[in-house]
Amino acid sequence: MSSSAPSSLSSSRLNRLRALFRHPEFSRGARDMVGVALGIGAWGLVTGMAMVNSGLQVWLAVLMSLTVFAGTAQLAVTPLMASGAPIWVIWATALCLNLRFVIFSVRWRPYLAHLPLRQRALMSFFNADLNYVLFMRRFPDPKPAPEQVPYFWGGVLVNAGSWHLMSLLGIALGQRVPVEWGLGFAGTLALLAMTYTMLADRATWLPALLAGAAAVAAYALPLKLNMLVAIAAAVAVGTVIDHSRPRPASAAGRP
Amino acid sequence: MGAVEGIVTIAGLALITLVTRGFFVLPDRELPLPGWLREGLRFAPIGALVAVIAPELVMSGGALITTWVDARLFGAAAATGWFVWRRDMLGTIVVGTAVMMTLRMALGW
Repeated sequence: MSSSAPSSLSSSRLNRLRALFRHPEFSRGARDMVGVALGIGAWGLVTGMAMVNSGLQVWLAVLMSLTVFAGTAQLAVTPLMASGAPIWVIWATALCLNLRFVIFSVRWRPYLAHLPLRQRALMSFFNADLNYVLFMRRFPDPKPAPEQVPYFWGGVLVNAGSWHLMSLLGIALGQRVPVEWGLGFAGTLALLAMTYTMLADRATWLPALLAGAAAVAAYALPLKLNMLVAIAAAVAVGTVIDHSRPRPASAAGRP
Repeated sequence: MGAVEGIVTIAGLALITLVTRGFFVLPDRELPLPGWLREGLRFAPIGALVAVIAPELVMSGGALITTWVDARLFGAAAATGWFVWRRDMLGTIVVGTAVMMTLRMALGW
């Protein structure tokens, strides 16, 4: 109700934007995100540097940075793109790394389903990991409320803003930093840190280890197919563990 | 990678970002989701991540390394130690990279 100007149809868009920015939940969303902005920025910087250091042309790196907006997938596919892997392997890799967002979107639905399609699409695109974490902490009750939209966009401003800024800086710096320093290693470590944060659940250790072994063992396969072998191994082993040892009321479990 | 191929690849990647993030949000009607699929998909992201990392750490020139004198191993170990200690992503990246680069440049590992 605070977000709608007194029923004038003419000045719709600008007024709605102004109301969005002025909403107290917008600045709250932004402030909550500032706490982790340094981490996001570092991640963006490393991704930008890794993209150009892996051999991807600068203009492609800039285009990718601005339009793809998915750090993990970008880090994983740039070496594939630089080494000339087939397009479907590149897409399959990105798809697999983004599968977690499919899972997240199940929980987003009750909050966003009432909005128009355009808005749902726009919000979905900007909906990164930390937006999910902070939003679910702020609004644990899965019901739509008018203050959720400004809170969401406040977080996006800081998250996407620091990401893009640092990612472009990384692209600019990447070429001036000698390859033999091995700064691309920072990208690998960023992925490693991300993996550790996902290993909270003990049942994921074994699938992770087996996926790593499978990826190395199947490395000689053409088309980077070792990636798909490793993912299949992780899913199969994880599913078997799940079924052989039913665990009581895990957070992800649903009836 | 050629210009057209690059643009098509990146357009596809951007579409993947949108479709995965909006998978259950974009359709007008609720999509049914079988439980086994929801459970199994849980393991796909970590499988994909580890599949990217493992060869980067323990292989060179397409073969498994046969020596422990490799700066990457110590960098990864330092990063792991930092993460276990502080649970902080930025520090993990900085410490691991610093250790790796120090060993590589000072000792030539």
